[in-house]
Amino acid sequence: MKIPTLLSLFAACFVAGSANIEENVGQFFSSGHTNNWAVLVCTSRFWFNYRHVANTLSVYRSVKRLGIPDSHIVLMLADDMACNHRNPKPATVFSHKNMELNVYGDDVEVDYRGYEVTVENFLRVLTGRLPPSTPRSKRLLSDDRSNILIYLTGHGGNGFLKFQDSEEISNVELADAFEQMWQKRRYNELLFIIDTCQGASMYERFYSPNLMALASSQVGEDSLSHQPDLAIGVHLMDRYTFYLLEFLEDIHPASKANMNDLFKVCPKSQCVSTPGHRTDLFLRDPGSVLITDFFGSVRKVEITTETISLTDPIKQVEEIAVHGEQEKETYSYVDQLPVSEIIHQKPKQKDWHPPDGFILGLWTLILLVFFKSYGAKHLKHIF
Amino acid sequence: IIIGVPLWWRTTETYRAWLPVSQIQELANLELQLSADVEVVFARGTVTPEQQKKIPLTLSQDDEHVVDEDTSLRYRYETRYRTATIMEEDALNQPTAAEADLSLHMLSESPCGSLVVYVVPESTSLLPEDVEVYIGQRRTALLRIGTQMRVGRTLDQLLDHLEPRIKKLLQLMSFSHTDITAALSDRVRLSPGNKESIADSMRAFKSSPGYEITFSLLNPDPKSHRLHWDIEGAVQTFIQPLLTKLEPLANFSIDSQILYYAMLGVNPRFDNSHNAYTLNADSLAHVINPVEARLGSNAASSNPVLNFLLYVPDANHSPLYIQDRKKQQVPSNAFHSPRWGGIMVYNVNSFYGPDVAFPVDININMAKVMGVFLAQLRLLLGVQSSTPPPGFLVAPCGSSGLADWELDRLMWSRSVENIATATTTITSLAQLLDQIGNIVINDNIAQQVSSAVTSLQLAVAELESGNLGFALQYSKEAILASERAFFDPSLLHLLYFPDDQKFAIYIPLFLPMCVPILLSLLKIASEVRQRRRDKQTKTD
Repeated sequence: MKIPTLLSLFAACFVAGSANIEENVGQFFSSGHTNNWAVLVCTSRFWFNYRHVANTLSVYRSVKRLGIPDSHIVLMLADDMACNHRNPKPATVFSHKNMELNVYGDDVEVDYRGYEVTVENFLRVLTGRLPPSTPRSKRLLSDDRSNILIYLTGHGGNGFLKFQDSEEISNVELADAFEQMWQKRRYNELLFIIDTCQGASMYERFYSPNLMALASSQVGEDSLSHQPDLAIGVHLMDRYTFYLLEFLEDIHPASKANMNDLFKVCPKSQCVSTPGHRTDLFLRDPGSVLITDFFGSVRKVEITTETISLTDPIKQVEEIAVHGEQEKETYSYVDQLPVSEIIHQKPKQKDWHPPDGFILGLWTLILLVFFKSYGAKHLKHIF
Repeated sequence: IIIGVPLWWRTTETYRAWLPVSQIQELANLELQLSADVEVVFARGTVTPEQQKKIPLTLSQDDEHVVDEDTSLRYRYETRYRTATIMEEDALNQPTAAEADLSLHMLSESPCGSLVVYVVPESTSLLPEDVEVYIGQRRTALLRIGTQMRVGRTLDQLLDHLEPRIKKLLQLMSFSHTDITAALSDRVRLSPGNKESIADSMRAFKSSPGYEITFSLLNPDPKSHRLHWDIEGAVQTFIQPLLTKLEPLANFSIDSQILYYAMLGVNPRFDNSHNAYTLNADSLAHVINPVEARLGSNAASSNPVLNFLLYVPDANHSPLYIQDRKKQQVPSNAFHSPRWGGIMVYNVNSFYGPDVAFPVDININMAKVMGVFLAQLRLLLGVQSSTPPPGFLVAPCGSSGLADWELDRLMWSRSVENIATATTTITSLAQLLDQIGNIVINDNIAQQVSSAVTSLQLAVAELESGNLGFALQYSKEAILASERAFFDPSLLHLLYFPDDQKFAIYIPLFLPMCVPILLSLLKIASEVRQRRRDKQTKTD
């Protein structure tokens, strides 16, 4: 009596186990993306905005650690803090006082730097309307199966974000840019994080599908910075990104944490401002979206089950080598410097130019004064 | 006002070249017709003499499907029935189906996009027992007539009997509704069907004018293994024929590299039961990322890159096997990632004994490696390898790696995909330019748009008439022109002026001028009123 029940229990376990495996397979493909991109932008310059560069670099570090390669990250930093002459510790950007974590690292690849970070370039990267001479590392080559993470930080206000202290991007332009990306199917899902004052105003105008947005503060609130470092002399990070970095440090590529955990980062007690999020345009339930869907790059993998049997012998490629040798040309450098002239120092013959404007003006002035003072009728006395 | 207002209008106008908006709107409503020519040839013994009198015969059949409110598809099959010629009969007398296929191909070559089905009698020895249909490497298929067919049936009943199998054959060899709707995914966001169709649509690269293929050999242990691979010869012999056959679809550029001291990102575990190191399926997903950072790419274009990696495990971790989810060893020892490429693990520990002086010279068997890579390349480029229905036998693809009918299928779905993408691009561009009145439309953009529209119309027309090669070519031109127009750098709209900003600009200019004008107008009005009152009092 007991044995059949035990057997049936075992059978049920097996069935459940195999169903679980099938579910895993299904979940593998449920997110619908095959590659990940990240666009990380810091929009403010000057030394006292150190914290914005540190914000962006800490997100960059997390994203790289979780697997997104540099070829899929577009990093835009408006100013150089690591090599700023006011930095007492050159080649470092710290995110925590007591200099615990250097987010600048050894292998930072900045794609847009300094004055290249403009509203125009940012919108060009998003919509893909770059001049043909732009190198591959400066392009966002996403397709309809890419999940993109966009992180903006800097100074902002109600409905705009300030770039480089001289121009602004408005929330309408940003929403239109995302709509153009959707029209051209340049993303599968997009996560938009913004850490500025009144950040929630920037995602108010979104209207394209599959967008999820997080902001560090609501309209009317300011985002505050975390703590200053007395040795460096500036505030090192903003509160929201500081706690975000703390949260992300616990995530590893195989982690199953989901977006609901991300929404809980930095409650009002820690952040002083109220972080907000917007998920109404997103088709999936945020509880089923993994953090690594956007911050990491977990590849979908399929086992190759079929092979093709090839039996032809390999053709030797020697004939091409023979021809190549016959056609080899000898190359030589063109003279880089006019060595003969430098050595012999022959003076160059200068061509005669008519007198310059200044000389002409000077002579006209002198003649005028001369004739004014002496009168024209005295001319015959002179000549 | 007469001079000023037109002057102000002209100077604040933006230059917008003319766009064929009406034609674009026509294109927004896409009605595609795909035509395929089918020839059904009856061999001796399949038809009675009186049935034979009514053949040759031509029938055409239409299948209409409405995908959504803007898109509808119509499939047209033009079927011609005839009897076999003497030479075809001789060809069908060959011992095996493969040889029959070859000799039939020698007789006549079917044009791109068409099919020939040979109906062979029940008792034929060409097909094995339980196989009804044999699909050859070119564009021919052999169909065994059923046992119900005996003397006395009419031609119509014969045709009715054959029709469902021919239809299934057509769906396999030409186009099926699921394939075409998957190709339309740019236009139509259908709710996903089963998991297999999602996986299929995610796996293949989207249609692109060119692809870059990179073969990399990863040698983490150069101290133990000195690897030699004849990649140039292997590519020339095995990969190049496939790429030459795929030339109407896209350009391909191939390069190769060898990376030393490149490790996989995961540590393989030693499995005592197999006496080898194993990588299980879950950890495979994390293998690719650390390697990808080191791969680099020398691609100067924006074409998608396919990476094929050959990993030779180091001597301490040999042999290394990949396990699938059921803990079985994978015979090909390879896996691929959708839209990225493939990785194969090649164990070399069997080539040398335990007491050998390191480093060992090893020649890699390129035929085996390229067999795997070719299969992965086929999958990634969109050649679907769906399992055939029961009773169907598919011939293995030839030395070029691609059967002709597979190429036709790919060409059909790519043409439809290109047309769908180009129409969405053009219509969204027209909508964008219409909505934002401030964008300047240069002449070259207008020219690209016009050429895209003409190419699209030509492509749709060629698809209707069944010229697959031309349809693909026009669709490629259309997509190139539309992408160039859409992504032109000059179309960036940075002139977002909210209304209050417009007021803020104009009021300080016009308000001071308006004040004296307004006052004088009031004065004129009061004078006229005064004069009229005076006139009235005068007349009184």
